[in-house]
Amino acid sequence: MLKNSSSHYGVVSVVLHWLVAVTVFGLFAAGFWMVDLSYYSEWYRTAPHWHKSTGILLAIVMLLRLLWRWLSPPPQALATHRSWEKKTSAVVQCCLYLGILLLVISGYLISTEDGRPIAVFDWFEVPALGALFTNQADIAGLVHEYVAYSLIALAVLHGMAALKHHYIDKDHTLKRMFGRKP
Amino acid sequence: MKKLLLAASVAAMMTLPAQAADYVIDTQGAHAFVQFKISHLGYSWLYGRFNTFSGDFSYDADKLTDAKIQLTIDTASVDSNHAERDKHLRSGDFLNVSKHPKATFVSTKIVPKAGETFDLHGNLTLNGVTKEVVIAAEKLGEGKDPWGGYRAGFAGTTTLTLKDFAINTDLGPASATVQLDLTVEGIRK
Repeated sequence: MLKNSSSHYGVVSVVLHWLVAVTVFGLFAAGFWMVDLSYYSEWYRTAPHWHKSTGILLAIVMLLRLLWRWLSPPPQALATHRSWEKKTSAVVQCCLYLGILLLVISGYLISTEDGRPIAVFDWFEVPALGALFTNQADIAGLVHEYVAYSLIALAVLHGMAALKHHYIDKDHTLKRMFGRKP
Repeated sequence: MKKLLLAASVAAMMTLPAQAADYVIDTQGAHAFVQFKISHLGYSWLYGRFNTFSGDFSYDADKLTDAKIQLTIDTASVDSNHAERDKHLRSGDFLNVSKHPKATFVSTKIVPKAGETFDLHGNLTLNGVTKEVVIAAEKLGEGKDPWGGYRAGFAGTTTLTLKDFAINTDLGPASATVQLDLTVEGIRK
């Protein structure tokens, strides 16, 4: 039940998938909104703090997800999936993982250039490595911004593809992602 | 007698005050500082500085009004000891450093005041806006250094209104102005 089989997703993969999906969109919305907060907004300090905290937790969840993927590989694609669909979805999913990785790294590099650690809520701190290259916060900031937009665009594409399978192809692709068996 | 007179006049000429000497600001040894302070919420001071700048001045103690100074500041070198704040300061909300990488000050006039103090008038270009500012300045000292050179040092301070330089981000009523503090030590060229 917990583990994936060759034909369906177990609970762990399903929960991890949707947890990451909600978190990624939440972090994007928070990031989009918080960069324009005025200095006197009550969220001016809280929003970035929560954004960073959640981002670090997301990184940990992604590591667990990769570990789980290795322990319990995902099911095979449905037999009705065409070859180009399999290839495209594999590339998109790979890019989604890569995008999250890049966002975590670039976000970390923005905040830690001055050697200050990142406080994850008030639970623990991630130590800083300081400045690793010149102009670090600015470059990392641009990377963070562009990758965030790209990731959201890809995630929307990923979601639309799932809806296409559900409503147009009328296959089990999306239902499977909720743990349903074929 | 003639020889003596000649020798005396040569000696006299040698002791005449030199032409206004040119100095390069000692950024190499970092004996010069471009710092600022701005109120935080009206409760305390936030200090920062520009780490990269260059400039020179000409100065003669006897002809103060002929003195000149020019200073070029690399605005991207702003440093308030906080990476995220510095990133914000470099952005379009404040210094807009990608569009205006340099800030300059070029003196126009000197008005001597009591003792070693004087008003240094000049044009400050910051964030693409040029405005005349007056720096309340003071000569700190001059003389030989221990390594065979000759140095002169000055300090000056002025208060800038952020809006005057098209920096419109609202930091609150107490933070509408920023105090700029300059200390320059020049090495005679």
